[in-house]
Amino acid sequence: MDKALQVSAIKNGTVIDHIPAERLFDVINILSLYKSQNMITFGTNLDSKQLGKKGIIKVENRFFQGEEIDKIALIAPNAKLNTIKNYEVVKKRVVEIPDEIISIVKCFNPKCITNHEEIITRFTVISKKPIELKCQYCEKITTEDEVVIK
Amino acid sequence: MHTKNLISITDFSKEDYLRIMKLAADFERNPNQNLLEGKVVASLFFEPSTRTRLSFETAINRLGGRIVGFSDSSSSSVTKGETLHDTTRMVSNYVDLIVMRHPLEGSARYASQISDVPVINAGDGANQHPTQTLLDMYSIIKTQGRLDNINIFMVGDLKYGRTVHSLLQALSVFEKPIFNFIAPPELAMPVEYKRFLDNKGIRYFEHTEFNDIISEADIIYMTRVQKERFTDPIEYEKVKNVYILRNNMLDNTKSTMKILHPLPRVNEIHPDVDSNPKAYYFTQALNGVYTRQAIISHIMGLK
Repeated sequence: MDKALQVSAIKNGTVIDHIPAERLFDVINILSLYKSQNMITFGTNLDSKQLGKKGIIKVENRFFQGEEIDKIALIAPNAKLNTIKNYEVVKKRVVEIPDEIISIVKCFNPKCITNHEEIITRFTVISKKPIELKCQYCEKITTEDEVVIK
Repeated sequence: MHTKNLISITDFSKEDYLRIMKLAADFERNPNQNLLEGKVVASLFFEPSTRTRLSFETAINRLGGRIVGFSDSSSSSVTKGETLHDTTRMVSNYVDLIVMRHPLEGSARYASQISDVPVINAGDGANQHPTQTLLDMYSIIKTQGRLDNINIFMVGDLKYGRTVHSLLQALSVFEKPIFNFIAPPELAMPVEYKRFLDNKGIRYFEHTEFNDIISEADIIYMTRVQKERFTDPIEYEKVKNVYILRNNMLDNTKSTMKILHPLPRVNEIHPDVDSNPKAYYFTQALNGVYTRQAIISHIMGLK
């Protein structure tokens, strides 16, 4: 493939691909990449057959796991995570929303106890597409457009 | 097997519901039973509620238990800024059971996670009020002789009314209920509950007119249409007198039909209905005492 890379390659680390273009900066924010000392390159409004316009982030020497992947899944449900070792993709994975979301999302209900005391939020995922999260405390449903990452 | 807490009506199974019904009937026949002798119950009412609190406290007294607590948060250390976490932690060290009413949703679930003793939710904001649902069910089984095949008409505020949502969930575990919803479009039954019924293949019908369609009803469950629920005051003025039950509307209803209301009512049931034998709401409130005796006994493994 002789197509020039629009965002330069990394030697070791993670490529987060297929981020909806408008959510690129949200992904940077929720992963606190703005605080990171690692080398980071990103691009947005790149042509994508799947999304129209997509964003991509490449982070040198960083390998995401657990809660971080759940966060990505919540705001960019179609994102793909490629693990890079020595310029080669050694692992590809599609992020997936887990059945339970713990701690990372704020309940949309202003009268929920979790918005009044220091409580770890817990949601049961009742639908993954579109995202619907049922708060295990107030039992109200937070929908995709209401999801706020803590 | 006893459930340790009662926070949400869905915490209980059909078997639990039926056991509570049986125990409530037993307490109705014989209300004074010293099963809670030597036990202390905390009655924590972070917001006032006359009926629920007195009903619980009567139930505890009839079971021979002692009560500590407060009837609104102004007489507790909440006014000093104490968190629910700390209040619950402290009180659960003192007592054998906590009965709690709180304005925030999810508060009872949270308290049950902190407390070492069982917690009964006596209402958490607009979320759950499971003991009300169980007393509603007891009123239905007592007057209809069954919880299966009940045709229930729910009238008024079906959007925010937690009592109708919980009753809908509870009745859905029984055979072939039919739900009829009568409400203005602004206060219609939320989509999530209709979807819940769809998924279970349960029949329901929606109406905006409150007229002779009620002739099929086994139960008419009335709720208050509250002015503060409306964004547009003109909309409230338009509907406020539409969902009022009057005695002359009951002529063609079944002889066994009963009218329930969680109370307090404002004007949604005309006082001329009160003397009709189909009016059941005051007896329903009395049933709350027996039902709460049953719930406490069930949760604490006393029966």
